[in-house]
Amino acid sequence: MNGGRLTPPVGALDHVAGSADAPLTLVEYGDYECPYCGMAYPIVKAAQRKLGNQLRFVFRNFPLAESHPHAKRAAQAAEAAAAQGQFWPMHDVLFEHQGALEDADLVRYAKQLGLDAERFARELEAGTYEKRVRDDFRSGVRSGVNGTPTFFINGTRWDGGWADEAAFIDALHRQAAPRLGGPSDDFDDAVPLATRGPRPRPKRMSSSEPALNLTRSSLRRS
Amino acid sequence: MNTILPAGVPAPDFALNVTPDQRLRLSELRGRPVILAFYPADWSPVCGDQMALYNEMLADFHEYDAELLGISVDGAWCHAAFARDRKLHFPLLSDFEPKGAVSRLYGAYRENDGTSERALFVADADGIIRWSYCSPVGVNPGADGILSALESLARPSASTRQSVRTDARP
Repeated sequence: MNGGRLTPPVGALDHVAGSADAPLTLVEYGDYECPYCGMAYPIVKAAQRKLGNQLRFVFRNFPLAESHPHAKRAAQAAEAAAAQGQFWPMHDVLFEHQGALEDADLVRYAKQLGLDAERFARELEAGTYEKRVRDDFRSGVRSGVNGTPTFFINGTRWDGGWADEAAFIDALHRQAAPRLGGPSDDFDDAVPLATRGPRPRPKRMSSSEPALNLTRSSLRRS
Repeated sequence: MNTILPAGVPAPDFALNVTPDQRLRLSELRGRPVILAFYPADWSPVCGDQMALYNEMLADFHEYDAELLGISVDGAWCHAAFARDRKLHFPLLSDFEPKGAVSRLYGAYRENDGTSERALFVADADGIIRWSYCSPVGVNPGADGILSALESLARPSASTRQSVRTDARP
């Protein structure tokens, strides 16, 4: 096991928001239909606002398609938008409409974002970005992703929890502080292993959670 | 945490129910790598995550010709309901009667809880354990360790697996 080290490191293929010079890189492996990723979405946004140019944020796809039947398609939609230079707007729309991820919805979002909707729909239909999404998924498994969302701070898996916004941002601050002004291209050992522990999961026990309802939907699988 | 069986020893054979009326014997899978994923309980949140992840990984496991078996002390009907609810496409074995007997064989039974450990074993085509890992019970171990183990089995494999297949015993 690689001990939760991001593999491969952030590179040219990644979707990156924020400055390349930022001392702090937060990577999320996420699933657009996962309710916990939906909960994490505004928390990441808040972190981006608070940390400003100290933080660059990277999103990689980790769709659990058997649990979330629309997740793969939604991930491909974000990649199709990325091909037209609009990854982040689509990423945001998807997380803001987790309950409406049918193909027709995806194409509607593409139109609303001013994309070439015909190309978008064609690429979605053809599975043009299927491999890209699968590659992200595999890199996640290799990196020790064990559920969604999983975060990496400066290349090391963050097991410290994220559901408490203030605590999460505080943790990010602490990771950034010793590195301010330092080089940003070497992420190794930025997080001491001793800080890692079991990851507290947010309210996952309750049977009334939307997670369980989502699994009822019919399965789209070839 | 228990001391689970380490790499290098034969994976003890067993036969467990895979459905209410079907039993699976481990040795029936001889000739292929086998992943044994012991876990504490159907329906518990971490297990759900772990099994959901492995479910997504089946194609990757099959690339190594490996078979994945989930094992817990839950009964066969419970497994059936869990597998249906989570759309799991791999067998879940019931270490149900005598309770935990197979988990004990692997050093993966939690006496105080009456459940299996969250323990992973990768056995090679000859039925020898080549990798094992016991995760803290509340932590989903992910799949990277399994993939690395399968990869290292596959590396010398071309010849090894060939010879295993040709002199496979019935």
